[in-house]
Amino acid sequence: MTLRKIATGLVVAAVLAVPAFLYVTAPKRLAADAWAAAGEPDLANGERIFHAGGCSSCHAAPGAADGEKTVLSGGLALKSPFGTFHVPNISPDETAGIGAWTLAEFGDAMMRGTGRNGEHLYPSFPYASYSRMTVGDVSDLYAYLRTLPKSGNVAPDHDLPFPFNIRLSLGGWKLLYLDDAPRLTLANADEKVRHGQYLVEGPGHCGECHTPRDILGGLKTDQWLAGGPNPEGEGRIPNITPREGGFGSWSEGDIVSYLETGFTPEFDSVGGAMVAVQKNMAALPAEDREAIAAYLKAVPAR
Amino acid sequence: MKFRTLAVAVSLAALGAGAVSAAGEPQVERQEMMKKVGGAMGALSGIAKGEKPYDAEIVKASLTTMGEVARAFPEQFPAGTETGAETEASPKIWEAPEDFKAKADQLAADAQAALASLPADQAGVGAALGAIGKNCGGCHEVYRVKK
Repeated sequence: MTLRKIATGLVVAAVLAVPAFLYVTAPKRLAADAWAAAGEPDLANGERIFHAGGCSSCHAAPGAADGEKTVLSGGLALKSPFGTFHVPNISPDETAGIGAWTLAEFGDAMMRGTGRNGEHLYPSFPYASYSRMTVGDVSDLYAYLRTLPKSGNVAPDHDLPFPFNIRLSLGGWKLLYLDDAPRLTLANADEKVRHGQYLVEGPGHCGECHTPRDILGGLKTDQWLAGGPNPEGEGRIPNITPREGGFGSWSEGDIVSYLETGFTPEFDSVGGAMVAVQKNMAALPAEDREAIAAYLKAVPAR
Repeated sequence: MKFRTLAVAVSLAALGAGAVSAAGEPQVERQEMMKKVGGAMGALSGIAKGEKPYDAEIVKASLTTMGEVARAFPEQFPAGTETGAETEASPKIWEAPEDFKAKADQLAADAQAALASLPADQAGVGAALGAIGKNCGGCHEVYRVKK
């Protein structure tokens, strides 16, 4: 083969690679009939999922008092190594919020990170965890969100430097980091642990803070829940695996109590970003906190 | 006294003084104060949960401790103590000192109010804990950085 043929071949391959990449990484949607299986929405379950999913922690107005946390007006600035994300309005307002979105559109955002106009969403919205949710839970959450107050607030666009402002590149990120497989295979997991696994790995998205990230912002899943630098900037996020000399000294009851009251076994108090999370955990039914605690005692110590 | 003995004695005295002042450093003092509050919370919680019998002296002592710490706490953050002794104090304390003090004042007020109408039984202690306990997360959310 001549050098010219090789060079031509390389150029053709390079040119074809871009549309091939775009084709392979195009934003995905669930099958249209997936949502038909959801059945009649259960608003009480939707409210429970709202707390488990921590929606208000990001989507309520910054500094909102406890009673105002159901007004999902957005506006919080999330600083990250990739720039600053501005959390959008997801109130049922038809213009400023998601009031005009269908269940399928909402579900595709939650579970595939695909926006209403077919665009990739940034994984600062933790769809890489929410992908593990059931269609029923997402449907119930959608119905519950529609009962909440409307807000006309419009958050600014994300403030991201090049190259992170290229949404199409998120297709590559998703290829590497978006799936719906369980994070762990736990041998002999009973119903309580399995339920805890669902809550922690899915709607709870605990790993998004409690697992360290690599340079592309993907989770280092071999260190699942082992803690790391705070993705929002200051300090560290604790290791919540049952490590000896660390979190392993907490009993299942200690964890349940902490989730409910915010107090550690030594009566130190929850702080930082975990305060909002703990308030959500306190709003869950007791068996959900117990399931989460059982799962945290079952994960491998790191 | 021989010069050498005197020199050793002076060095030991200086070391002792150094040790005392290290223990008295604001970063260490304020951590000790918070641990005292934790102990008081634990004592009250034991009663509220029915794990320990109601004891008016323990309730009084715990609430008094909390009030004392809350009043003294904001003074443990002079300029220059932003780091050291693995402090988990957030820089925000020095950016918003009035709000930080207001939060400490609220804890002091709540502890004082509970002390004034001393809870007389398990249920009363539980109620007091609920009112006081809100202060912990409210301050830690903004002003503490986990290391």
